[in-house]
Amino acid sequence: MEAMAYRASTRTRIGYILDRETWLGPVMLFPAVLYILVLVGLPFLLAILYSLSDITVGDPSLDFVGLQTIQEVVENPVFQKSLRNTFVFTLVSQALVLVLGKILALALSTEFRGKWIFRFLILLPWTTPIALATISWLWMLDSVFSPIDWMLRAMNLLGPGAPLGPAKNLYWLGKPELAFFSVILVHTWRMLPLATVIMVAGLTSIPQDIKDAVAVDGASFWRALFEITIPLMLPIMAVATLFGVIFTFTDMIVIYVLTRGGPIDTTQVLSTWAFFKGIEGGNLAQGAATALFLFPVLLGVAVLILRFARRAEVA
Amino acid sequence: MTNLKGGLSRTPVYGIVTLFAIFAALPFFWALITMFKEDSDLYTPANNPFLYNLPPTLEHLELLFFRTQFLRFVFNSLFIGALVVVITLVVAVPAAYSLARLTGRWGEQLGIAIFLVYLVPPTLLFIPLSRVVAILGLQDSLWSLVLVYPTFTIPFCTWLLMGFFKSIPRDIEEQALVDGYTRLGALVRTVLPLSIPGILTVVVFAFTLTMHEFIYALAFVSVSAQKTISVGVTTELVRGDVFFWQSLMAASVLVAIPVALLYNLFLDRFVAGMTLGAVKG
Repeated sequence: MEAMAYRASTRTRIGYILDRETWLGPVMLFPAVLYILVLVGLPFLLAILYSLSDITVGDPSLDFVGLQTIQEVVENPVFQKSLRNTFVFTLVSQALVLVLGKILALALSTEFRGKWIFRFLILLPWTTPIALATISWLWMLDSVFSPIDWMLRAMNLLGPGAPLGPAKNLYWLGKPELAFFSVILVHTWRMLPLATVIMVAGLTSIPQDIKDAVAVDGASFWRALFEITIPLMLPIMAVATLFGVIFTFTDMIVIYVLTRGGPIDTTQVLSTWAFFKGIEGGNLAQGAATALFLFPVLLGVAVLILRFARRAEVA
Repeated sequence: MTNLKGGLSRTPVYGIVTLFAIFAALPFFWALITMFKEDSDLYTPANNPFLYNLPPTLEHLELLFFRTQFLRFVFNSLFIGALVVVITLVVAVPAAYSLARLTGRWGEQLGIAIFLVYLVPPTLLFIPLSRVVAILGLQDSLWSLVLVYPTFTIPFCTWLLMGFFKSIPRDIEEQALVDGYTRLGALVRTVLPLSIPGILTVVVFAFTLTMHEFIYALAFVSVSAQKTISVGVTTELVRGDVFFWQSLMAASVLVAIPVALLYNLFLDRFVAGMTLGAVKG
């Protein structure tokens, strides 16, 4: 009897705690917060500590050297080039994504036959694991067997006596300017689908009565576009682009697979430089310090996303 | 009739989407042709690359499946993906429910903070995490990836599920509470069954996000038997300067198509999540 009464009372006590919402809420949230603190928060603090030390894989003791590591990193000309490249690749590719995405979103928000297959194909660059998508570009841009070169040769634009030069190939990834162009091309190709689907969602969420009013007024397509659609969609277009900015700015895979930063570091970016220094070179301190330069921009972009998403909600 | 959506007439719409579809799919189209080509056909620069100048062959698929560790990589990726999905669900479902129902006004703020963790890129954390992994003795083991991948699946999935739970009317749970169920009982009996589409979405995204991941897998695992598809294919099918292009492209196409199909089914939810719910997809 006593034992049963005791069991009943503990059960109600636990039941009581789990029933009190002030307790249950934090208890259910705890594992997620713990996971994030231990495996995101802690490594982030470690990254800061590393960048203030001279830690390497060979000598993994944390000896503080103040700003010496950061100074060494910043003074390296390859770092400076990487910093500039990271910004240029991101800004140019995402400007292209914004314009092309807007055009494509307008087309895709209409109804037409066979839309799903077009949508499937257009989304492929985003849905494919990025390393595998990039390796197919590596083959597209091959120095000897590039089908683009073959088409240019077939059109008599490339080869002996042709406008693009006597060589039989353009060497897409072998010449600094072309490699630069190729990287921007692949980033644009990859981020276009995401921006497009977000903008399509924005377009379809424009209230029907506004669309009807525009139709009744008989506004021309271009006038409706520039005076109604684009202003209404500005916040959501901003969100679409900002995600592209984050993913491109911090991406390492495209460069790692396509050029490995070459030729002679002309396409190096912060993330690949951090990888080559920190993982392949074993200099954890310099690698961590290099990667940390990504953070201020990330933070700024995240704040902007929040602000624009709120505004889109209000509209 | 002119309206915002139908302002473009059919012909230019087809023109635009066709151009973009070609741009998007060209590398895959080229990969698809490549995977069945004979060496002597592929490596003759004068041949039209888009045609089979020699009859197609399955020899490079055979190489991929039986003479490389491709199937091992596929298995590793599926294994990691399945475990990460389970961990994600166990952690994210309660967290999302708590944020949606039990934590009041600061739940919303905390939810957004958790979503922002999804935007912290692997490139920022892989160097300190590589030390953490080494200290835990998980270097060169796929368990390191099982441990680390939830750092991006949990934030994203918690956020998506929070939206789902909020869209379920409170009355349903309150009725269950009146009927004598506890909060947890009400969650299990009424909310979870109604959230199956949401949970399915989260399963698909947690899984595809792990399939996409490359940097952690590259930084933590260098033993071929433990590699994932993304890293295994791009490092093991290249020997020195020799690329096994047909097999590489076959691997790329065979993985890309199923993942793309999965993604397409749940895309609208993804968009709603990315735009912080500002746009319902």
